[in-house]
Amino acid sequence: MANPPGAREEKQERKTATTDPRKKASFTVPVAKGLINTLKHILRREPNTIHYPDEKRTPYPGYRGEHRLKRDELGREKCVACFLCSTACPAHCIEIVAEEAPWDDREKRPRLFNIDMMRCIYCGMCEEACPCDAIELTPVFNIPSRTRAEKIYDKEKLLSL
Amino acid sequence: MTDPLYSILIAVIKAVIIFAVILQIVPLLVYFERKISAWIQDRIGPNRVGPIGLLQPLADVIKLAFKEDLTPQGADKWIYRLAPVLVYAPAVLAFTVIPVGIDLQVASFDVGVVFLLTISGFSVYGLAFGGWASNNKYSLLGGLRASAQMISYEVAMGLSIIAIMMTAETVDLNEIIRQQWGSGTLGLLEWNLFKQPIAAVVFIIAAFAETNRLPFDLAECEAELIGGFHTEYTGLKFATFFMGEYVAMITMSGLMVTLFLGGWSVPWVEIPTSPSMVDMALSIGFFSVKLFALLFFYIWIRWTLPRFRYDQLMGIGWKVFIPVSLVNLGLTAVAGVLGWKWLIPLP
Repeated sequence: MANPPGAREEKQERKTATTDPRKKASFTVPVAKGLINTLKHILRREPNTIHYPDEKRTPYPGYRGEHRLKRDELGREKCVACFLCSTACPAHCIEIVAEEAPWDDREKRPRLFNIDMMRCIYCGMCEEACPCDAIELTPVFNIPSRTRAEKIYDKEKLLSL
Repeated sequence: MTDPLYSILIAVIKAVIIFAVILQIVPLLVYFERKISAWIQDRIGPNRVGPIGLLQPLADVIKLAFKEDLTPQGADKWIYRLAPVLVYAPAVLAFTVIPVGIDLQVASFDVGVVFLLTISGFSVYGLAFGGWASNNKYSLLGGLRASAQMISYEVAMGLSIIAIMMTAETVDLNEIIRQQWGSGTLGLLEWNLFKQPIAAVVFIIAAFAETNRLPFDLAECEAELIGGFHTEYTGLKFATFFMGEYVAMITMSGLMVTLFLGGWSVPWVEIPTSPSMVDMALSIGFFSVKLFALLFFYIWIRWTLPRFRYDQLMGIGWKVFIPVSLVNLGLTAVAGVLGWKWLIPLP
């Protein structure tokens, strides 16, 4: 097989670049270069730090944080309890119990809609799977709580967000 | 005629003031270290505790004081307890002979340099004992490395100091500084740094190894040995090790300033025969500025260089520094016979 063009030169170059273990490496020049580099950083002082509790970062569009359920223009939940989100969920954290809807335009609505936020991996698959655009991941990222029970969001909580 | 009680009182006052100042420099140094490392890494550093984070070292100490004081099972209890003290005490003791102002030192010996070398050599016992007594394989390895490293580099350091003794023809630290006092046009060129450049370079690198600072902190390298000799130490015992390390840094910098950077000498000024308070304050100020510059150099080096490999460390010590400083001794001898003040003849 023919060598690709330029392979020989590259090989030669690599050979000279590799440090021969028998050869003594000199530390003087690299050390001086490193010292100049760090001195530049000391003098320039441009930290990228965000002082978190004092200044908050604005999340990028498409950030996947806390979930919420949407309502339609009549104030009813958009969800029709089709179970597509809980099927799509790789963490199995969505629990839905359906009941008959009192309205004419759909058959079902969720009686129970629980998301276990401790299991959720915030992948956004539920949002993608939803045919009614009923579930959504908001950019809210700081959602602490004191107990595990608080981390299971029920329908009322999800709708109120 | 001086009353012995009076001279004892003066000595005690000097000791208390100088030690108190040294102990205050340690937290300041910790603060600088954290701040400068942060700047080098494009971070901000401590800025929460106190104004611009100045009380951060105090918070660290309070945290350490409240930690549980553990002694590992199977540890040699007495040696385990003794080790941090054996690191801390020599570092503080060695500082006693370093003059911080015109003839101002806690203990004034004619053999200052020799005493200092002897005492600072003791701290290797602390590291070795700490590593051995912890009953932990990593600690033991750290202790072994520390002793090997410190003994090897002590040779290079001693040889570079002998070169200084040869040019100065004295071991009295104050006398060595007086000889570096550039009152004439030569000014700073009277420093031993320029009279003995090879010895200065060997000395500062050996000082890094002696104080177990990066790039030579093989004794406590986190990646291989967890924490080295102080793996098992917690709470205030760990704090004592830590303090000892920083005081050793201050002592080594002080020695470096004294031997190579003209100590408390004020350049381009006549040597005062009977120093006034202003002269005294000025000399202490010059000493402190040089000391802090060197301490900055320590920190700067630490956050620039990665750790050397063990064989590289030993190779540099035995195959480079010891031969180089021996050659330097020969050159110094020749220069002394020829009557040259500088190793390289200056116009």
